[in-house]
Amino acid sequence: MTQRVFICRCEDVTVAEIDHAIALGLDSVEEIKRYTGLGTGPCQGKECTVALVRLLVQQQRFTAASVQPFTARPPAEPITLGDLAAMARGPADEVDR
Amino acid sequence: MSAKGALGSRDIALPEACDVAVVGGGVMGLATAYHIAQSSRMRVVVLERSYLVSGASGRNGGGVRMQWGDEGNVRIMMESIEICRGLAQELGINLWFRQGGYLIVARSAEGEARLRRNAELHHLLGAPTRLLGGEEAREIVPDLDATDIRLAAFNAEDGVVFPWPFVWGYAGQAIRKGVVVRTHTAAVAAEPDRDGLRLHLSTGEQLRARIVVNATGAWSHDLNRSLGITLPNRPHRHEILSTEPLKPCLDPLVVDLRSGLYFSQSTRGEIVAGITMPTAHDDGAGDRRIGEHGIGEHGIGEHGTDVDQGSSLGFLAHLGATLTSLMPKFGALKVLRQWAGAYDVSPDGEAIVGPSPGHPALLQLCGFTGHGFMMAPAVGRLVAELIVHGRRHPMLDRWDPARFARGATAPREDMIIG
Repeated sequence: MTQRVFICRCEDVTVAEIDHAIALGLDSVEEIKRYTGLGTGPCQGKECTVALVRLLVQQQRFTAASVQPFTARPPAEPITLGDLAAMARGPADEVDR
Repeated sequence: MSAKGALGSRDIALPEACDVAVVGGGVMGLATAYHIAQSSRMRVVVLERSYLVSGASGRNGGGVRMQWGDEGNVRIMMESIEICRGLAQELGINLWFRQGGYLIVARSAEGEARLRRNAELHHLLGAPTRLLGGEEAREIVPDLDATDIRLAAFNAEDGVVFPWPFVWGYAGQAIRKGVVVRTHTAAVAAEPDRDGLRLHLSTGEQLRARIVVNATGAWSHDLNRSLGITLPNRPHRHEILSTEPLKPCLDPLVVDLRSGLYFSQSTRGEIVAGITMPTAHDDGAGDRRIGEHGIGEHGIGEHGTDVDQGSSLGFLAHLGATLTSLMPKFGALKVLRQWAGAYDVSPDGEAIVGPSPGHPALLQLCGFTGHGFMMAPAVGRLVAELIVHGRRHPMLDRWDPARFARGATAPREDMIIG
């Protein structure tokens, strides 16, 4: 296996970068997210979190039962600003006057 | 830099005593620790209650601007931006610093007058702010709906950064210079000691320090209260979002004065945007009740002040409506993520920095009211100069924590955005 194995395809984070973060002592999912950018792209961690957790469990940093994912942020699925604007049209126009 | 603990650790041993204990591992505390270690042989410990980048330093929009309404704030931000230019090299990390400018648009006579007054001040101080008409603003941001823009101000030296590596960078370099950075450890109380203060930590440990710096921002009450210090800064929840990444399409960070909307494109490609919510109290006293419509995410860790960092649908809708009215093309842009962070709001909008009333060994480094991140490079340096050399930067007079007891609040800055 080469070092160019991508674990987060949205943000181009490789397994080697995760290993580097862990070597620095950043071994929680929240810290790894903030050091590497993993999980901050279009999938918002839906693809990469499991792969990261598998890696952390394999390395015996956590048990599968104890590992914590990073805080899930709304919206659950990407939504356009136009749709959001339509939802707010009445009250927001009032506010913006 | 590859050893375990190179970016702080929950396991690192604490000394029994140190010269300076910095409470709060955000950008303010870490920048201060870094500069103290760089310019002295003082023993410095930084205590962070959670992991690094967990608080406001990891949650802000990364805007960095010298377009302020007050001379002191313009000057300090000119210093900060000057530092930012060489900081990636100094800290050995990519900060994604991009000077695309700030374009501030006014759609009212009042806003227009503010921009004119500020541009005059900036000119005197050597900050290259230019006034533009609506059509000229569209040359910088072609997708902007300029129909009711009366005036715009543009400063090409303002810019944006990616906040996360900023914090890692200061932490890494501080540690290389001998600073002990202990994570997952809160200072729950302080008491006067022979020569300084004794901190009681959430781990059961104690730490003596000649000087303690309270750099905990929105969480600063608890430590202050343990010494009977009462200061008027309060937490205030501010929401923000980011979108799917685009190819570079937006050079400056754009501010709409009327709505308090701001948006920029980070070097990562995403549009980052926030806005003043119409429900926000603007009396400057902060608001603990605003969390009523927030969901999830309360506070950090189990110790002390419960600071609301929840997200709301109302924010998404209000921001969506305001942003698409100014940038119609963004209607098709998808929001990927929203989150919130805590402003540490002081009543006059000015920071609270310096020896605490009655307890000079406790230095406040708080109250930055949402603009602490951008000021941190300059402020970290000036606080270190105060601690190491006793040198008093001119801003320390107006940031004096004792001003509230005297009833002498600083003149209110009118360019607090968001």
